[in-house]
Amino acid sequence: MAATAADTPRLTRAVEGRLLGGVAAGLARHLGLDPVVVRLAFMALSVGGMGLAVYVALYFFVPADPEDGDERGPGEAEGRRKGRDISQLIAYVGLAAALGFLFLLFGGVFDPLLWFVVFGTLGGIILWQQANPSQRDEWMTSAVGRGDRGGKGVMRAGTGVLLVVVGVIGFLVFQEQLQNARAGLTFAFTLLAGVSLIAAPWIIGLVRERDQERRERIRNAERAELAAHIHDSVLHTLTLIQRRAEDPREVQRLARVQERALRSWLYQRPADADTTVSPALERVAAEVEEEHGVPIEVVCVGDCPMDDALSAMLRAAREAMVNASKYAGTDSISVFGEVDQDEVLVFVRDRGAGFDMDDIPEDRMGVRGSILGRMERHGGSARIRTGPGEGTEVQLRMARIPEA
Amino acid sequence: MGDESTTFSDGDAVPRVVIVDDHRLFRSGVRGELGDAVDVVGEAGDVDSAVHVIGEQKPDLVLLDVHLPGGGGVEVLRRVLSQHPQIRFLALSVSDAAEDVIGVVRGGARGYVTKTISGKELANAIVRVADGDAVFSPRLAGFVLDAFSATDAPPVDPELDRLTQREREVLRHIARGYAYKEVAKELFISVKTVETHVSSVLRKLQLSNRHELSRWATARRLV
Repeated sequence: MAATAADTPRLTRAVEGRLLGGVAAGLARHLGLDPVVVRLAFMALSVGGMGLAVYVALYFFVPADPEDGDERGPGEAEGRRKGRDISQLIAYVGLAAALGFLFLLFGGVFDPLLWFVVFGTLGGIILWQQANPSQRDEWMTSAVGRGDRGGKGVMRAGTGVLLVVVGVIGFLVFQEQLQNARAGLTFAFTLLAGVSLIAAPWIIGLVRERDQERRERIRNAERAELAAHIHDSVLHTLTLIQRRAEDPREVQRLARVQERALRSWLYQRPADADTTVSPALERVAAEVEEEHGVPIEVVCVGDCPMDDALSAMLRAAREAMVNASKYAGTDSISVFGEVDQDEVLVFVRDRGAGFDMDDIPEDRMGVRGSILGRMERHGGSARIRTGPGEGTEVQLRMARIPEA
Repeated sequence: MGDESTTFSDGDAVPRVVIVDDHRLFRSGVRGELGDAVDVVGEAGDVDSAVHVIGEQKPDLVLLDVHLPGGGGVEVLRRVLSQHPQIRFLALSVSDAAEDVIGVVRGGARGYVTKTISGKELANAIVRVADGDAVFSPRLAGFVLDAFSATDAPPVDPELDRLTQREREVLRHIARGYAYKEVAKELFISVKTVETHVSSVLRKLQLSNRHELSRWATARRLV
């Protein structure tokens, strides 16, 4: 939790998630710490009696949480268990008892012996946690950021070993047993060194094998994904094509749609289809082509973010493509989009039948409303060049809104 | 380059062509589609045999697939052009992805068309390239405009690194789907002038080491 003034909760005693009086849990929430840390701190302070006094004082002076605390969302509140967690409470009591026992045994906080015992225990805990299968699997199988995680694991293991060694040697030193233990230690170290010499190549081999296996697994996963994609799309389309073999137009349409899909999958462009002009224009063309079955070749130069006027322009371009598909009677349509420094141009051209502009009735919505009118309403312009037998070119022009 | 003795466009002779493509079906398909318009003197399915056949036949033009086993069309260009710089190449590909297009054009191909092109158009393009002209598909024109568009940095070599206003205008029409003849009519110039402009753009595309061009290529992982 970020410790900004705005989202630091007021200090209250927690009702949910409390173990005793809710003081530690409340304080942890207020400070943005883990309750376990606060509880352990209280326990450590209680060695001299201080922690206990502070706890009691806070219990009396700090107000408890209001019922149905309005600062938290309902989901968060639901996620928590009501009341006290008995097993946690027992764990803390056990820890306190163990600490008390140690003090009785060694007589005081300042006995270095106690700290060596603590070091040894901590190191042991770290090492054992490391060996926990689920955790190990987690940092071994994650391919991304593996080096980082591997490094962390080594560091953690190293810290654990260091702590255990310091704890054991310190314990022996302060028990004045080191002299006696020296011979045994030398023997143990020699033995360990020998064993590691023997085992090292084998362990390294194991590690390499594991890396190899992991790489293999990643490769297999990629292959499986590719196979799944080809199965879902390409094989499916091929089946459809065989079934529709008697309808060449439909076969061509299916092949084009599949080609487009495969192409975009292979040469995937990061840009989102709806945020910039160039992919949006290609998408519009693809949709019209799919609907009407006339191939549309799109060439786009430059790119810029979409805005309302440009969306209107693309709708006009779409209308032009639909008209060309329906009426031109040609087998290909060229679309050219150009994003200039201060304007965007779109040309939709076919070499088809063409028409006489004067023959179009005033009330025909297609050309006048959807193309000319729409462009003018949004501050752009449209020009249509055509004549019977000359093909048609619709030229759309829209000024760009200067970028902030 | 363009004013050699034979000009195929006049119909005096048919260009001798070698087809290089690793799909046998496609090769025979192209052969059938082209019919009498060209004289197919050889075929090859990979880089090594292509270099061999071309060296033996010395054709007017090689129809070159971009994706070939053994190094791709670019490798064929490199090995053949160092020996026989007079042989012309028209690149052909299923994909019009930028990396394919710019790669072969910078490698020395004088034209680029996609495999969806009709037989008649392909024959037309072959004759044009064999005559020494450049053939730009609308898509290639778009790429070139894109690559030469940024104007923020001063050109290193103004002659090579910049398109003239006229060249830009010609390319824009090609990108809009205009044939050379239509471009000529539109801009009130002769078809010959259109061809000259396109050839000049091709030369710039092949020779320019323009900063934007390389950056553009880098952005598309072409280098």
